[in-house]
Amino acid sequence: MRFIFKTKYDQDINVSRHSGDRFWYSLLIITMLTMPLLIDDFYLGEISYICILAIAGIGLMILSGYTGLASLGHAAFLGIGAYTHAFLLTHGIPFIVSIPIVIIVSFLVGAIIGIPILRLSGMYLAIATLALCFIAEHVFIRWEHFTGGNRGLAVPSEEILGISLTNSTVFYYLCLFFLVLSMFAAINILRSPTGRAFVAIRDSEIAAQSLGVNLGIYKALSFAISGAFTGLAGALLAHYIGYLAPDIFNIFLSLTLLLLIVVGGMGSLHGCVFGAIFVGFLPQLIAICRDYLPSSIASQPGLEPMLFGIILVFFILYEPLGIYGRWMKIKLFFEMFPTYKKQTFKKQKVFTKTDRV
Amino acid sequence: MSYFDIQDITVSFGGVKALNNVSFSVDQGEIFTIIGPNGAGKSTLFNVISRIYEPSSGEIHFNNQNISKKKAHQIAGLGIARTFQNLELFENATVLQNLLLGRHIYRKSNLLNELFFTPKVKKTELEHRLKVEEVIDFLDLQHYRDTIISGLPYGVRKNVELARALCTNPKLLLLDEPSSGLTNEETIDLGFWIKDIQSILNITVVMIEHDMSFVNKVSDRILALNYGEIIATGLPEEIKANEKVRTAYMGE
Repeated sequence: MRFIFKTKYDQDINVSRHSGDRFWYSLLIITMLTMPLLIDDFYLGEISYICILAIAGIGLMILSGYTGLASLGHAAFLGIGAYTHAFLLTHGIPFIVSIPIVIIVSFLVGAIIGIPILRLSGMYLAIATLALCFIAEHVFIRWEHFTGGNRGLAVPSEEILGISLTNSTVFYYLCLFFLVLSMFAAINILRSPTGRAFVAIRDSEIAAQSLGVNLGIYKALSFAISGAFTGLAGALLAHYIGYLAPDIFNIFLSLTLLLLIVVGGMGSLHGCVFGAIFVGFLPQLIAICRDYLPSSIASQPGLEPMLFGIILVFFILYEPLGIYGRWMKIKLFFEMFPTYKKQTFKKQKVFTKTDRV
Repeated sequence: MSYFDIQDITVSFGGVKALNNVSFSVDQGEIFTIIGPNGAGKSTLFNVISRIYEPSSGEIHFNNQNISKKKAHQIAGLGIARTFQNLELFENATVLQNLLLGRHIYRKSNLLNELFFTPKVKKTELEHRLKVEEVIDFLDLQHYRDTIISGLPYGVRKNVELARALCTNPKLLLLDEPSSGLTNEETIDLGFWIKDIQSILNITVVMIEHDMSFVNKVSDRILALNYGEIIATGLPEEIKANEKVRTAYMGE
């Protein structure tokens, strides 16, 4: 068991808490960097996809996990990012310029949509964001000049420093790079006043307000930041898919993102990666299992959404903290080995909190 | 005009008048207690002061400023901090994060330099931390810095909420039933702390309280409310002797 002896306030601010953290995360980075040598192109593509999902997950996590605002429409931001990126690329704007523009555009769209929508709360907010998802899908179909409508839009194969992005190793490194970058950006936001204000809004709007947090601005900001991350993921997704069609960015993709953060663990950035791994590999796992199932079940359409739904229900019932929560419990079990108590993670029931202000 | 002035505040919820033409004033450096039976309008009064409820008429002046047209989130910046009757802490955050949120009005960073966590952001974070540590020392919260609120006992939570209010560097502190749910010893400690807040930190305190022995010990002046109307104001001895207060609140 490790006892952290704090001698400086910096230790509560720094990203890594102790030498163990630094060791394991460096090891993880090295493993990720050597990955192209270890596995073949197919799985490399899968991992790139997981990185993209994780970036989108960070976006939704900031909104839902940290600010406590539900969104069922985040596929819209993926779509906005993807279409903007593809549009810019086809007009000859290089990749390195296009990405910041995509981030700014999705940030602004998030802010503009966020200001009216975030006057709602709870169930009503969920419905409004659901509407956002449908509206975005229709815009993608109708705004043919920009999106190519139902015919779709081919994403140009782009080169960075003379190396083509269609090369799966290059694309993998690109996704990994943006994931690490997004992670650091998210950590930085969350450990500064803005991130704390988000957490405050999640846990008690009324107290946040009385401490000087402007609810309207911070909620819109959260929506905008969330949109920016998801937009970036969308731009990368555009390269991954190669050909954009409006029906990619449907409600099912939004639900997948929701599944990602719930399964990963609400309110933790680790959860975004765990959730992305889970959601990314699940279809593969289902495909593999399909071979062993009787054909009457295996050939059923909608097997995947059904399993997604079942898994979501099971997580909410039995592990509301998600994979990350389970991971924390396992870690604590080994740290405390003979004296581990299940109750450590049980929340005290508090009956004092009421709807009264 | 006095330091903190409430003028003819009326609040009605539908047909119910929760507060009816309530006026009083608090001097700087005073500990002013509001008592009254349940439903007298005490908490409503606090919620009007912190601009959560909109009064149907009346004005509030603080430090020569009319605050009755301010937004709820601007109140903290004017130097008014409050606690809540039913604890409104940030449950899933640590004590430290809760207290740092008390420093929200003093943030100097914007999103862009937070994104890169520039040395400037770090410097202001450390400054906030120093202030928070002062409050931690003041209220003996050293053991709980890294504990998540949902794992804390009730008495400590109350204390954290008081600490969070103090972190905003207030000039006026509104305490909504600070001693409810505390043990005897905790209540005694609280009495000392409130006195210290008045004398050492020079903060004016307005509190709602039910524990009469506690109220008499701590308060400089008391106001008694019943059915949204003031029935008496005065020194603790006067209130104790007041016939109306005895029948409405303390019981014969």
